[in-house]
Amino acid sequence: MSAMVDEPPLLSVRGLGKRYGAQLGCRDVGFDLWPGEVLGVVGESGSGKTPVLDCRAGRVAADGGRVAYAKADGTVVDVLRLDEAARRRLLRTEWGVVHQHARDGLRMGVSAGANVGERLMALGARHYGRVRGRALDWLARVEIGEDRIDDLPETFSGGMQQRLQIARNLVTEPRLVLMDEPTGGLDVSVQARLLDLLRGLVEDLGLSAVIVTHDLAVARLLAHRLLVMRGGEVVESGLTDQVLDDPQHPYAQLLVSSVLQP
Amino acid sequence: MTTRYNFAYLDEQTKRMIRRAVLKAVAVPGYQVPFGSREMPLSYGWGTGGVQVTASVIGPDDVLKVIDQGADDTTNAVSIRRFFARTTGVATTTSTEGATLIQTRHRIPETPLREGQILVLQVPIPEPLRWLEPREAETRKMHALEEYGVMYVRLYEDITRHGKVAQTYEYPVMVDGRYLMRPSPIPKFDNPKLDRSPALLLFGAGREKRIYAIPPWTRVKSLDFDDHPFEVEHWDRACDLCGAQGAFLDELIVDDKGGRLFICSDTDYCARRRPAGEPRPGA
Amino acid sequence: MPELSLAQIEQQLALAVDRVMTEGSLHDRELAALAVKQARGDLIEAIFLLRAYRTTLPRLGVSLPLDTAAMVVHRRVSAIFKDVPGGQILGPTFDYTHRLLDFELAAPGSLVAPAGVESGGEGDRGTAPLPRVMDLLDREGLIESEPPSEPGGQVGDLTREPLTFPARRDVRLQNLARGDEGFLLAMGYATQRGYGRNHPFAGEIRHGEVAVSLAPEELGFAVEIATISVTECQMVNQFKGSSTTPAQFTRGYGLVFGAAERKAMAMALVDRALRVRELGEEPASPTQDEEFVLSHSDSVEASGFVQHLKLPHYVDFQSELVLVRDLRAAHGTGAASAAPDGR
Repeated sequence: MSAMVDEPPLLSVRGLGKRYGAQLGCRDVGFDLWPGEVLGVVGESGSGKTPVLDCRAGRVAADGGRVAYAKADGTVVDVLRLDEAARRRLLRTEWGVVHQHARDGLRMGVSAGANVGERLMALGARHYGRVRGRALDWLARVEIGEDRIDDLPETFSGGMQQRLQIARNLVTEPRLVLMDEPTGGLDVSVQARLLDLLRGLVEDLGLSAVIVTHDLAVARLLAHRLLVMRGGEVVESGLTDQVLDDPQHPYAQLLVSSVLQP
Repeated sequence: MTTRYNFAYLDEQTKRMIRRAVLKAVAVPGYQVPFGSREMPLSYGWGTGGVQVTASVIGPDDVLKVIDQGADDTTNAVSIRRFFARTTGVATTTSTEGATLIQTRHRIPETPLREGQILVLQVPIPEPLRWLEPREAETRKMHALEEYGVMYVRLYEDITRHGKVAQTYEYPVMVDGRYLMRPSPIPKFDNPKLDRSPALLLFGAGREKRIYAIPPWTRVKSLDFDDHPFEVEHWDRACDLCGAQGAFLDELIVDDKGGRLFICSDTDYCARRRPAGEPRPGA
Repeated sequence: MPELSLAQIEQQLALAVDRVMTEGSLHDRELAALAVKQARGDLIEAIFLLRAYRTTLPRLGVSLPLDTAAMVVHRRVSAIFKDVPGGQILGPTFDYTHRLLDFELAAPGSLVAPAGVESGGEGDRGTAPLPRVMDLLDREGLIESEPPSEPGGQVGDLTREPLTFPARRDVRLQNLARGDEGFLLAMGYATQRGYGRNHPFAGEIRHGEVAVSLAPEELGFAVEIATISVTECQMVNQFKGSSTTPAQFTRGYGLVFGAAERKAMAMALVDRALRVRELGEEPASPTQDEEFVLSHSDSVEASGFVQHLKLPHYVDFQSELVLVRDLRAAHGTGAASAAPDGR
């Protein structure tokens, strides 16, 4: 028997299921996510990918299954059975959540600087100048002009709001980031820029992420591995390139072939 | 149809209930304890919380002082003092030093308090996060989880917009390093008096039905940033009546040409410093 | 000028007395009349007087639930069926009167009995209890049943414990019963106009006398201690169903002292609006937000806080003056708030 100790997966999901009354959200979803990995969950609307994200963030109570998360201190907790206090603490410290609509993930009534600085201040940062300095750093990293630091997010374009949301989440370098259609609703050129940015950040910070998207181009660019979902179930999974270049399941084949070629 | 009222108006059961809330508040400094506030003969918003706390702790040997905006002679202070005189027969005073129990609205006396004294403050809105989060169910969670980041966001925004924090009264404080607290609408000038006070400070909110407390010698820190430290109001002048420097001054407009007088808000403090018998202008 | 007597107020301003008792949470017509007199007709002030008096009264016990099915009915109407067992009894109401100011009332000695007693009702119905319309729907399973409370089960009491959220329905109903009629009327009206619409129908409104019974520990059985006049309103609301449960109508409930029918109806509308959580519906409007509605329904609290603005606030204002003058001075010299980077 080998004496080597395996590093546990950051996130380990088994048998995750969620119903909305008579409607099936998702059923029997399972996967592992390792540190530094990005997992893409792809499928069309109604495929069940959003419920998977919601359950994982604990935003919605799952009907069954187990979501094991390995915390920074080494302990492993079942997210679905955590009490609200512990879950909120994780959301503030080790996790980041990037919403499809930036408004859901930002404080629209306070400046960009305050948005980025909030997590720092929540964790005890008490030097205005330094908080502002870190905010400026991060605005630069997500390619928002320094001169916008005191502006309200309402005055930002959709793409800028999304980049601000990303900065707000990443400023405390969370171990796991959940993203829901991060490029949804943005113009194609804006999307491309955002994807480049995300890819750079993921590499620089060694982020682990789960990205839900209907856009295969996003998946190809960002994800190491993919889950393809349909009708609430996982129909295929594997390395991104494999799944996209050589899909096995008929539905996956259909998805891949319907992507418009430029 | 005449009826006799119990000592201090409230029945003993109610007083016991309030004292239990007070004890719990003292045991967890700065934490807002819900209590079954009763309708009192004065309106909610006019000090019913303070009156209920005072009524529950007052005893026949107490000496009671009541002030409003620092003055013993404002209408509401007189009304509350009279209420207790009638329902308890307890001795009343205008002297901060001579009082054992002081009920106050919106000011802490200039004369330093001593051990054994109780200060009861009237509170309109107890929740420090209320303007940032209107839901009670949510703010209770935030206190339980020490989720105070949003308060610092507010301070950050003030500094960004005005160069300084724009909160001048009800300035939020951290009690014993754990609970964020709203110290009632005292001017921030009075906040330093909360820190390690020898007296027991009790806070009563009747309409919102909360009691909280700062036990003697507790650390109380006004929120600030290291590079934007908390500072109090200054006047470039002394009291026009008694010459006091470093007291909170009221501004009185004395003629229609905009002439003004600046006078100590704490009437007892001012009177003590003046030769006996001089009346206050406008009294 | 001859002074008003309590008896005059109680009889000739009976509806004012009803309201003061309901929101004052105290059933005593004479005391309520006294409060109306002392408050010179300001009903919110009168309610305050009654509440403050109530604070001083000792609690002797808790009555058994009122049996409104056994009510001696003076008025009973239902909008959901043309006729019901026992009939529609119009009773005393302003509903079908023409709102013409009656100048003859200005002359003394011209007061007549309340409108409606002649016009179609039969006055006292007698003692035969009238079956409740809702029970007819219930028998067919068409309406959600109200789960009977466990005997000896705890009922919340806002006059003893502060309101906490989420609030149970018993506490919500108590809050609404004590709540300001104008506020509830506005909230109920808002639901009808689309702010949290719940498709209400007036299932039954009945007004009359009910017995109040108490079972003191020493006796071990219940005794009737009083007869009071109440008005009860049961609304039939939006039906619900799913793939697993067949559709049923839902309910809203209102109960007040005396003949305060409008308040009972408003209360029933708001009750139903606040039941969104327990009925699995999505709240979409402030009328369905229990923190919003229940925190602001009490006229005594609202009146106190609004009017407290008359109290001196010159110290707080002084602090603001100091700040504003500072900011203006700093602005003037240009030495103000530009971002202090790197500091």
